[in-house]
Amino acid sequence: MCGIIGFIDRTKSRMDGSSIKVALSLMNERGSGDGAGYAAYGIYPEYADCYALHVFFDNLTEPKKKVDELLHQWGEIVHQEEIPTTPQPGIKKVHIPWRYFFKPSENLMEGRVASENDVVMHIVMEVNATVKGATIFSSGKNMGVFKASGWPEDVANFYRIEDYKGYIWLAHNRYPTNSPGWWGGAHPFNLLNWSVVHNGEITSYGTNQRYVEEYGYKCTALTDTEVVAYLFDLLGRQHELSHEMVVKALAPPFWDDIDRMPAKEAELNKVIRLTYGSALMNGPFAIVVGTENGIVGFTDRIKLRPLVVGENGSKLYISSEEAAIRTLDPEVKNIYTPRAGEPIIGRFIE
Amino acid sequence: MKTVGIDAKGMHYTPLNQKIRAAVADGAEEIILDNVLGQRFIGDGLRGNVRIIINGVPGGDLGMFMSGPTCIIHGNAEHAPGNTMDSGMLVIHGSAGDAVAHSMRGGKVFVKNNIGYRGGIHMKQYEVDARPILVIGGTAHSFLGEYMAGGLVLVLGIGKEKAMTDRGIGSGIHGGEIVIRGEVDDYLLGVGAKKFEFTEADLERIAPIIKSFCEQFGYDPAEFLDTNYTRIGPASSRPFASKYVWE
Repeated sequence: MCGIIGFIDRTKSRMDGSSIKVALSLMNERGSGDGAGYAAYGIYPEYADCYALHVFFDNLTEPKKKVDELLHQWGEIVHQEEIPTTPQPGIKKVHIPWRYFFKPSENLMEGRVASENDVVMHIVMEVNATVKGATIFSSGKNMGVFKASGWPEDVANFYRIEDYKGYIWLAHNRYPTNSPGWWGGAHPFNLLNWSVVHNGEITSYGTNQRYVEEYGYKCTALTDTEVVAYLFDLLGRQHELSHEMVVKALAPPFWDDIDRMPAKEAELNKVIRLTYGSALMNGPFAIVVGTENGIVGFTDRIKLRPLVVGENGSKLYISSEEAAIRTLDPEVKNIYTPRAGEPIIGRFIE
Repeated sequence: MKTVGIDAKGMHYTPLNQKIRAAVADGAEEIILDNVLGQRFIGDGLRGNVRIIINGVPGGDLGMFMSGPTCIIHGNAEHAPGNTMDSGMLVIHGSAGDAVAHSMRGGKVFVKNNIGYRGGIHMKQYEVDARPILVIGGTAHSFLGEYMAGGLVLVLGIGKEKAMTDRGIGSGIHGGEIVIRGEVDDYLLGVGAKKFEFTEADLERIAPIIKSFCEQFGYDPAEFLDTNYTRIGPASSRPFASKYVWE
């Protein structure tokens, strides 16, 4: 059991994190104090063209030296600092949260990798798999993840979440059931501009993990949700599938439902199931994904976890509970429960 | 009538439920809760004939183990209202989340609009006069009456072309009945569920329930008494015997 929230303002009007904290705390029953986290998009406009790398360092000597060296091999550190925090009685600061604003250099990339995103993905996988005492937990542009072991309000106060203003917010209250509670295991899980909050278990994790590892992803977070971020990056960025198609691949219709579809639709669904069989996720889940174009919410195919949707003008809300949405926006309209596997998509209005 | 008002704004469910219990112990016949938002477990294990008016959206497991009281909810409800409820009534003037009337063993849950997945899951019945009843004005998502062992689930499909369009109705049902207004496509039936003829005697049986539902929400019962229904029940008394028994 976990509590999740996704929010987007489709006009990119930004909101600070104070109400997200209150809404997530309303679902404290869904957590156990072993992890909470937030992702916010639009928070670093002054460094919008840099990758914002958020890192947990065990100390600022050896692990940081290694990360600095790796970054210098691939580009320029435009700015770096410790992420501002305020001590909280409920949080033991076991890691030092650090942020780099990093720009890959074209000269250094030339002939080695195809794109800036590939460089950053390589750096994240390399650090997380090989540098002891360092974990890159956020690597997108103009966005950032803030997470730790603790209750939602403590984690929010620790990172001073009300100081950030974003047009997308994700929030997660963790109740770990089959993996350890540690800072890197708190949600959201992120790679590049993909961030994932998840309530449930991915029982197909082994299959999904082997699948993404064939493409160079390395699962190091000791819990299942990490693989969802990599599946979205693989299918959404590398294979350029639309968000709707990614959801169709991860939570596809059942074969007998496909049999009842009109011929053309059935053919498309068959092809996706056959091509992405190893990406299909089993087990109970309700998920919201933050992307560079908006947010995507969906559940498992037999709806074993709750998900509620609400709208108000340019704002779209997705959460485990209606009360959390009403806390964010007492005037919310059109509250409903989506169908199992149905993608709920909020995109920016151009 | 002794009425007690409680402003629940920003209140955690523990003090809220303590106040409700104290009011009942003090002889309150009606309790009005204002500004309810997400507080879980309201009225849980509560006994007596008190009437609780809930203004707002109560949290999960509303009326769990409740025995006797009536809760009128002016708003939607979250997951599992009526969970293992014993007797009494929940009247929800809105929609409700997943697992409505979960394991309910007596009393009534009336929902004006729609419910989520697995409504009536594990509903059961011990005695003829203690039959749990779930009535849904609108429609329900998949796995309605999943693993149902007793009681009645009634779907009226008000404002819908078809009362049910989601699959898995009565999946694993081995007791009780699901009555749905209008026709139900065969492929919507879950494993172990079967359609039965809906007779005049059946209509007579459920007519008082329809009237009671209509009375709560101000509907004219006439149109629900002059229409056809589909009755769904277990395919046999022990549909899964071969799965769990080796003889």
